[in-house]
Amino acid sequence: MTPDVELDCRGLICPQPVIELGRAIAKIAIGQVIGVTATDPATRYDVPAWCRMKHQEFLGEQDSEDGVPMFLVRRVS
Amino acid sequence: MSSGGSGDQDREAGTGPTYLDAASSEPLHPAARDTWSAALEHGYADPRRLHGSARSSRLLLDNARAVVAESLDVRPDEVTFTSSGTSAVHLGLLGLVQARRTRGRVIVHSAVEHSAVLHAAQWGGEPVVVGVDSDGVVDSGDLLARANEPGVAVCALQSANHEVGTIQPVGSIELPEGLPVFVDACASMGRLPLPDGWSTVAGSAHKWGGPAGVGILLVRTGLRWENPFPADDRADHRSSGFENVPAALAAAAALQAVVAERDEVNARQHALIDRIRAAAATLPDTEVVGHPDQRLPHLVTFSCLYVNGEALVTELDRRGFGVASGSACTASTLEPSHVLAAMGALTHGNVRVSLTRTTTAEDVERFCAVLPDVVAAVRQ
Repeated sequence: MTPDVELDCRGLICPQPVIELGRAIAKIAIGQVIGVTATDPATRYDVPAWCRMKHQEFLGEQDSEDGVPMFLVRRVS
Repeated sequence: MSSGGSGDQDREAGTGPTYLDAASSEPLHPAARDTWSAALEHGYADPRRLHGSARSSRLLLDNARAVVAESLDVRPDEVTFTSSGTSAVHLGLLGLVQARRTRGRVIVHSAVEHSAVLHAAQWGGEPVVVGVDSDGVVDSGDLLARANEPGVAVCALQSANHEVGTIQPVGSIELPEGLPVFVDACASMGRLPLPDGWSTVAGSAHKWGGPAGVGILLVRTGLRWENPFPADDRADHRSSGFENVPAALAAAAALQAVVAERDEVNARQHALIDRIRAAAATLPDTEVVGHPDQRLPHLVTFSCLYVNGEALVTELDRRGFGVASGSACTASTLEPSHVLAAMGALTHGNVRVSLTRTTTAEDVERFCAVLPDVVAAVRQ
């Protein structure tokens, strides 16, 4: 899946990737998908937790070409 | 001493820093301190020898064991003193694996066990991890299913969780006949009665106000258990190393006192933790983690969005409150808490607060009062 917006958070340390996600979600339309690419190990758990707290949809994780995971979020509210 | 900051001014004014990290280590109980000083005089000799001084040491050690047994409602010959809670975990878990090795090496355990249990399972067996719900309670159905698979040596389930406080249903899962259960009770020993259904148990004295360097291993009478480590020619073949007789006696005295006081202390602490849970829940973008009622009385953990856990703990320390954190940035491994991760809880911006037996309502009110400012300041 190719997201509508990609946030490259490689090298950013928690909670920065989720802070970026929080900033970016307001700038996309409902139904659109953001991909957060992050090397920080907490991001794997904190993106789904953020989705739960912020009532957005967590779509899962996929590997980027360099193996760094991308976490996919669809704006639903 | 450190320089500057309103926290230091508070310290100079006499309010002093407020220690809210009892779950890492409880300050020494007065009963432990008094017993320890008294026992130092007569508890130095080797309990195995035949002279008078040895008999004194031996008597003190036997007395310590009897006091622990009575406090936990077990038999004295089920009690062994170890050099730490972690050592008791290793012996309690791996001694069962050793005894059951012809049946297999699989260790079925919850995802939220203390890291000492996780490391021991990885080191000495084939771990099978069972998930938990959003409160941290183990999935009983999945635990039962995995426990019934072939090759299972032992099931490990903690009495209560050390990070979020959630009590596990240890006594109420109908495990297969003959399958032993190791219970890590380090977080609850003394505070709560032991659950039913244990085969071996681990406890840790500094968690209840005994001295560090004393752990408790319980092995149920008649249970097949073999020491998984090299033998040592001590009176108690279940452990190794020269017994710290004065510390064991101090640990026993503290345990006895904690058990005697627990109805009052637990009720008071449970209400104070309710107060902190409520205060944390009013913070914006914050979730309070763990079961609200079926929990240890003295601890709570909450996570704040968009906040760095280390910055939060450091700012609280500057304001005079010592707390712990499950956030990745505060861990030596730089990995987030496996407990929070298993529960699907937010791992960053995490604070764990745990009350000592002397934490007052006023301490808690002061903490609740600074919390909004601290979180806002760190969040910017």
